[in-house]
Amino acid sequence: MFGDYSFSDLGSIFVMQGFAGLILFSVFVLMALGLAIIFGQMGVINMAHGEFMILGAYVTWMTSTFFQAHLPALFSIYFFIAMILAFLACGALGMFVEWAMIRHLYKRPLDTLLATWGLSLILQQLYRTVFGAREVGVELPQWMMGSWQATDSIQIPINGMLVMAITLLITLAVAYILYFSSWGRQVRAVVQNRVMADAVGINTERVDRYTFGLGCGIAGVAGSAFTMIGSTGPTSGQLYIVDTFLVVVFGGAGSLAGTIASAFTISQARSTLEFFTSGSMAQVMTLLAVVIILMLRPQGLFALKVRK
Amino acid sequence: MATEDEGPQSRLRRSLLMGMAAAPFAGLLPKTAFAGAPATSAINTTGLAVTDTEVTVGILHSVTGTMAISETGSVEAEKLAIQQINDAGGILGRKIKIIQEDGASDWPTFAEKAKKLLVNDHVAAIFGCWTSASRKAVLPVVEQYNGMLYYPTFYEGLEQSKNVIYTGQEATQQILASLNWVNKEKGAKTFFMVGSDYIWPRTSNKIARKHIEGHLEGCKVVGEEYFPLGATQFNSVINKIKLKKPDVIWMDVVGGSNVAFYKQLKAAGINLDKQLLLTISVTEDEIDGIGGENIAGAYACMKYFESLKNPNNEAFVSAFHKMWGDKTVIGDVTQAAYLGPNLWKLTAEKAGSFDIDKIAAASPGIEFKGAPEGYVKIHDNHHLWSRTRVGRARPDGQFDVVFETPDLIEPNPFPKGYQ
Repeated sequence: MFGDYSFSDLGSIFVMQGFAGLILFSVFVLMALGLAIIFGQMGVINMAHGEFMILGAYVTWMTSTFFQAHLPALFSIYFFIAMILAFLACGALGMFVEWAMIRHLYKRPLDTLLATWGLSLILQQLYRTVFGAREVGVELPQWMMGSWQATDSIQIPINGMLVMAITLLITLAVAYILYFSSWGRQVRAVVQNRVMADAVGINTERVDRYTFGLGCGIAGVAGSAFTMIGSTGPTSGQLYIVDTFLVVVFGGAGSLAGTIASAFTISQARSTLEFFTSGSMAQVMTLLAVVIILMLRPQGLFALKVRK
Repeated sequence: MATEDEGPQSRLRRSLLMGMAAAPFAGLLPKTAFAGAPATSAINTTGLAVTDTEVTVGILHSVTGTMAISETGSVEAEKLAIQQINDAGGILGRKIKIIQEDGASDWPTFAEKAKKLLVNDHVAAIFGCWTSASRKAVLPVVEQYNGMLYYPTFYEGLEQSKNVIYTGQEATQQILASLNWVNKEKGAKTFFMVGSDYIWPRTSNKIARKHIEGHLEGCKVVGEEYFPLGATQFNSVINKIKLKKPDVIWMDVVGGSNVAFYKQLKAAGINLDKQLLLTISVTEDEIDGIGGENIAGAYACMKYFESLKNPNNEAFVSAFHKMWGDKTVIGDVTQAAYLGPNLWKLTAEKAGSFDIDKIAAASPGIEFKGAPEGYVKIHDNHHLWSRTRVGRARPDGQFDVVFETPDLIEPNPFPKGYQ
């Protein structure tokens, strides 16, 4: 298939394709991080993860409309404020949901699946009632759209690089919180042995609530970032949920490194296959590979050793 | 005794008063209102829900679920058309009453609700369905219980039924003229196709490919790619497009994927002022979500654009905005949905009856001169004669019409040599 093309053409395509893979990797990491915390650390199967992301997207949309109407001078930087607001809004909703629903279901993990699925339906219909059934167009500042002309023939999407930067930042923050802060130690203690953690004086209820809130807040940031590359509508969250679970399960629940490694493997496999075959085929082959690997290694790529 | 006497008197007085109050408006009513409405027994011999004052119809679209985003506009257009018909005196002296059901983006639900409308409510017509999948689910129901469905969406063709009037274009009407246009006017020779992976894009692209390779001199398809519904990552295919450098990117990606595709296309540095892009799946409705600035410069092949300049359309657009708000946009399918009730009214008046068999028989040849898209006519195969137009997307989300076929294009749901 490459016979007709010049060497420099192919070179630039490979560079751009490499970036396409990296961008996909960042997208996967960003959407899976929140779930990895909730599913990995708490064992809650949160089917409403996509809806939390879309709440973040809607917050971004509202912020952009607000800035356009009232603070047009600051429009070019509204996005960062929107992201913080998305984190707060989704985190708050997450903590409320944990208090009202999830905490009653910790001993019945499979029921959380049904309950959160119901929650996702409720949220979808709520968005439809409040924001309308049609998709909303989130207007972005001019500098965020378009591409960076690296050479004559190599263009790198600016929004892709922004997603990469945001992902890096959030991942580092989460790693720091979980592995180096005292609160992170408490979270890991609760994961490893809830009764013992309780006994040594850790307020497990509070740890649970904040952990869930953090996961949902990160989902909100992801949703906010994805307004740069995707759609914002009541059901858009559904587009991400399958890939998200794929990444988290394949990586091995409960391991941040596993999530990252799995996102990297799946994204590279998919973007390379997409280039050489087609979109649908790439999806099929990636899923097939994941199924086979999970058959051989049911615990996922990296599994945390937990005393059962 | 006194009360018995008073009864009829006061009734008489009331009707006299009402008649006097109505007199100023009498001039607005069509002539049939004076001629006296025909007897119900004469215009309804099959037990439809027709009374001396009312005729009941069904609206069957998704107002919840994934498809609500697309079907909302159709519901709005149908309700507007029905209200306008009622304001003008109704059909055969009867006002239209609507029973609305929600298909909930779920195909078996569509079939079930269609059955409910036909069997329990005995509706005289159903305006509804949007996706091909929902129409395929409803089709056996309307055929079994002998109903009448007005279907608004442009679709892949390969279907025809006594019980369905297709008010959107079938694939050849939408595709062939626009391919000829891009080949002749823009000198395009190579095409790269990107579509969602289901029946409509695959059938449409098959027809487009046959036409490109069989009927256009020296043209070829250099790529054909499909993505699962809901795909959000298009960077790899965009790189492939950059490598192949096609003259035209031919698009039939649907739903939320559309938004992702155009945002990523723009971010990848493909400038639609220089790169030709022809889509058969983006209307004003979709641009709402995509953002006008992300798709400005792309060409869409449709039969209707909100920006069409003609008196019918100007009246339609202002009535639509008055009823549903200034911010709503009107896409191709929304206009086609508006045709449904109007065509049904004309057909019932020609047939002098609401009976399904008589409506089906009277449909071919029905002309609607007040259509926003301009004159349309029902073909023997129950599809519409209509023009094909190409519009260029503007940053404000509207289209500039750059081409329209001089003649109405004949619908041909079973095109020979294209299957």
